[in-house]
Amino acid sequence: MDYSSFLQMREEFSLLVVMVILLVYDIFATEKALKQFQTVALSLFTLHTLLNCVPREAFAVAGGMFQYVPMQTYIKTILNIGTLIVLLQAHKYLDEDANRVKRGEFYFLTLSTLLGMYFMISSGNFLMFFIGLETASIPMATLVAFDKYNKKAAEAGAKYILSAVFASSISVFGISLIYGSTGTLYFNDIATVFTGTPLQLMAFVFFSVGLFFKISLVPFHLWTPDVYEGSQTNITSYLSVISKGAAVFVLFTLLVKVFPKIISDWQPILYGLAVLSITVANVFAIRQQNLKRFLAFSSISQAGYILLAIISGTALGMASLVYFVLVYMFSNLAAFGVLSVIEQRTSKVQMNDYNGLYQTNPKLSFVMMLALFSLAGIPPFAGFFSKFFIFSAAAQQGFYVLVFIALLNTIISLYYYLLVIKAMFLNTNEQPIETITSDIPVKISLVFCTIGILFVGLVSTFYDQIAVFSFGM
Amino acid sequence: MGDLFSNFLTGSVPIEAYLGVSLIMFFAGVYGFLSRKSLLMILVSIELMLNAADINFVVFNRYLYPGQMEGFFFTLFGIAIAACETAVAIAIIINIYRNLTSVEVGEIDEMKE
Repeated sequence: MDYSSFLQMREEFSLLVVMVILLVYDIFATEKALKQFQTVALSLFTLHTLLNCVPREAFAVAGGMFQYVPMQTYIKTILNIGTLIVLLQAHKYLDEDANRVKRGEFYFLTLSTLLGMYFMISSGNFLMFFIGLETASIPMATLVAFDKYNKKAAEAGAKYILSAVFASSISVFGISLIYGSTGTLYFNDIATVFTGTPLQLMAFVFFSVGLFFKISLVPFHLWTPDVYEGSQTNITSYLSVISKGAAVFVLFTLLVKVFPKIISDWQPILYGLAVLSITVANVFAIRQQNLKRFLAFSSISQAGYILLAIISGTALGMASLVYFVLVYMFSNLAAFGVLSVIEQRTSKVQMNDYNGLYQTNPKLSFVMMLALFSLAGIPPFAGFFSKFFIFSAAAQQGFYVLVFIALLNTIISLYYYLLVIKAMFLNTNEQPIETITSDIPVKISLVFCTIGILFVGLVSTFYDQIAVFSFGM
Repeated sequence: MGDLFSNFLTGSVPIEAYLGVSLIMFFAGVYGFLSRKSLLMILVSIELMLNAADINFVVFNRYLYPGQMEGFFFTLFGIAIAACETAVAIAIIINIYRNLTSVEVGEIDEMKE
């Protein structure tokens, strides 16, 4: 193998270059040069996003351990844009005096989780997949516990790392059984011999736990509300959008690429998980008063909806999944953006703190309203179209009952999303949150999200572009 | 059982013996994770689970597919990654001890529904 093939992994390589530049800059730059750290970091990352947004021809390097297909460019670009929005929203937090010294670490850890997700997405071998999974989840735990003097953050960090390692060790045990029963770790070779003997089924069930944990589907979701509540809000949004988006994409490709012969076995599993996730998360979301926990349960139920796209296992399912992740990213990041601005200025996260927010902060309430409408799936916002495509992908394969259950749950979810909107617009409050002037990076990110929510649904180019490449998977 | 023992003495341990050990280790780890009260013991239980998987890889490679190296390599990477996980987990546990002066699970209940 000659080393020029490393250059073919362009996305990973350029992200690594950005990381190394930022690390060196953070360590060696003078005090004066460090003032521009965030500007440099954000522009470098924007450059990286722009350089890698054009799909290329499919290829494989390292003997098939790393496989690229054009669809991966779309999901990686979506993750890049999402990370960029999160970094913009974290700008103010990282500029505070207490956090200025930790700025470099924040960027380095965030980008290394992203690098792990890249490898996870492009993997063609279980070893590569496992390394990617761990590279994505170990730095994530340090990010969750980033605020050293906050008890809640420490607690959330411990809960995250212990349950993440627990899930991934079950997953590794599953991979070892897959290896034992097939004699190979390459996805392409496994697909031909993985016929669904009892041992292989057990291996599959063990293995999939690791990914279900990352997506936080219902029996594996218990860490989610606590970790979301305890960690810093920008990290929560990163966890709920980027980490989850990468994991659902990988779950889809693995199920289609590696386990196509046992489709009749994994479809019922996903069916049960989808019904459980959507229903249980909706019921729990209704009784949440803390908005971060509320959005945690909302994101669990959204993950359940994504399973409807995965369960179909078709190209339409793939296209609707990537589209759903795109829309979900804009809506969820808008909601978390508003939440983080208000939390940083006033440290208020309870729902009744938001009473009468419209009188003092009309713009923030408006963005929050758009985001929640889009999450609930009300036309003409993007969330409606993404749900529509997902339902049609599942219905095309004959899962009518599942689609019906999901539709019923959409109505329940509308109730709790509207609770927040009612609090902001209709409820009166003698002491509403004071008027907040948000900083420019947050403004940019919120405007970007709003444009996404309004136009990604109506402008059909986005979906068409994604659908073009969905057949290659 | 006597057969197993005499095989052991002559140097040929059947694959089932290894797999039995790794399976027991794995489920001992699961049990420990669910029942232990100290964060450190929970971490030890997780290590048991990871090592069980590593044993599996080596044994499958050695006995079933002796011509190749994939299982051995996975074990090497698995050990390295397990070390990283332990390092990060212990750092976080130390941080918890500084904040709460305890590493008992029952004390860490600030966010409980």
